[in-house]
Amino acid sequence: MATATFQVWRGDEAGGSLREYKAEVGEGMVVLDVIHQIQATQAPDMAVRWNCKAGKCGSCSAEINGRPRLMCMTRLSTLDLTQPVTVEPMQAFPKVKDLVTDVSWNFRVKRQIKPFRPRTPDAPDGTWRIDQKDVERVQEFRKCIECFLCQDVCHVLREHHKHDQFIGPRFLVYAAALEMHPLDTENRVEELRKAHGVGFCNITKCCTAVCPEEIKITDNAIIPLKERVVDEYYDPIKMFFRFLGGRK
Amino acid sequence: MSQAALPLKQRGWGQTMRRDAWWVQPLAVFLGLAAFLVYANFRVFEGAHYYSGHSERNAATNYLTPFYSPLLFDVPGVRPSGHAWWSEKPALLAWLPGWVSPAALILIFPAGFRFTCYYYRGAYYKAFWADPPSCAVGEPRKGYRGENSLPLILQNVHRYFLLFAVLFLFILSYDVWHALWFKDGAGGYRFGVGLGTLILATNVVLLTGYTFGCHSMRHLMGGGRDCVTKAPLGHGFYECVSCLNRRHMLWAWLSLFSVAFSDVYVRMLAAGVWADWRIF
Repeated sequence: MATATFQVWRGDEAGGSLREYKAEVGEGMVVLDVIHQIQATQAPDMAVRWNCKAGKCGSCSAEINGRPRLMCMTRLSTLDLTQPVTVEPMQAFPKVKDLVTDVSWNFRVKRQIKPFRPRTPDAPDGTWRIDQKDVERVQEFRKCIECFLCQDVCHVLREHHKHDQFIGPRFLVYAAALEMHPLDTENRVEELRKAHGVGFCNITKCCTAVCPEEIKITDNAIIPLKERVVDEYYDPIKMFFRFLGGRK
Repeated sequence: MSQAALPLKQRGWGQTMRRDAWWVQPLAVFLGLAAFLVYANFRVFEGAHYYSGHSERNAATNYLTPFYSPLLFDVPGVRPSGHAWWSEKPALLAWLPGWVSPAALILIFPAGFRFTCYYYRGAYYKAFWADPPSCAVGEPRKGYRGENSLPLILQNVHRYFLLFAVLFLFILSYDVWHALWFKDGAGGYRFGVGLGTLILATNVVLLTGYTFGCHSMRHLMGGGRDCVTKAPLGHGFYECVSCLNRRHMLWAWLSLFSVAFSDVYVRMLAAGVWADWRIF
């Protein structure tokens, strides 16, 4: 087995630094394997959050060589092992310890989005009839594993810390899944514009680039939501016709 | 809204742990768009060489460059092209200084369409404004308003520019129809195809792919509804637009290149630098 150098961020909310470790690496290994090896042999106090090791739980999000990625899905064969590999916690969230960050803000945000409100059932037995083509669009959004890599890479949160004004790509996807659902009757457009701050997104598509589920976050969720906001607030012709129709 | 328990530190400009050449893509976008802007401005203010038939060498051809289409009026002092909407500058526009070419009056529409395009916005925010320079790379400014307030909130006008872009497709298609007719030297026209015809036709195809793959078009063609099967022109059309939209960046660059190349080709014909290749 060959040996490679890994620089892992060690510290807590008060501060920290990259610490260097040597690890034995072999074919088929992923970064999370190396972190576990370091934890088992050199740093038993190293904190790391992980669960499924199959890219489905979204727990082991980190920044590998500066790029937000899942540790369990980053094969060593895709990295240049002649250079030290850096592993850091996500930058958009407060650090707890080592590679673990406090992502609880995300769950508080999620609670603020208006929940699903279906229309009256179509059949007497309380069921609905939906065309498969209509529901396919929102099924893409349900692939989200809440790894929060998109939140981490979004510069509105990462660089400008607009956590109090912008819900971030993950929750714009969540809002899109509800807002575009063929059964849903709730209107979230006003919240999207004001409280959820969809206008802060400047569509640089970094969220799409890092999504491990390959959800087209910007094209299929955020931009369609922006267009719905335009319909309601920035399209004078539509506003005029709504006015003629007696709607606000 | 819930606030994360800060503090979180902002990184300095260009600061990143990324090892890859993250600066290549924004630099390529910067160079590509800057080159186009410089060339387009040169052509808009040149006010000449917009119609291939002006050259004696290519007198039989009937190509109008897309930069000057629709041609509102022929540039004063230049031989009539036969493409102008008005034979001379209309009295309504007489107050315009001489250096304002007919192209300057119409290019605001395609330029506005591209400037407010969702793809280009993301690209030039990175390449020209470093907001951010690239994903997970530190920014030069601390303040940020995004498209939430003036001036960038005006980007929401995109759907109106889309309407003009569709109109321009009809006009450019009509120019391709003109490009199929070659002067026979006896005052009439003969049907034919030259290299210029193919270039102008390809340009229209690429522009159509770009325009119909636009995010606003997708919204108007059914994306704005919760049930896409009830799209105004049918679910098939919505799917078609979505299909083009998946390669919107590619269409954007190909069509930008084809517009510039079509103009270079016609300009060189009009200046007599090279001769058109007549296929039949």
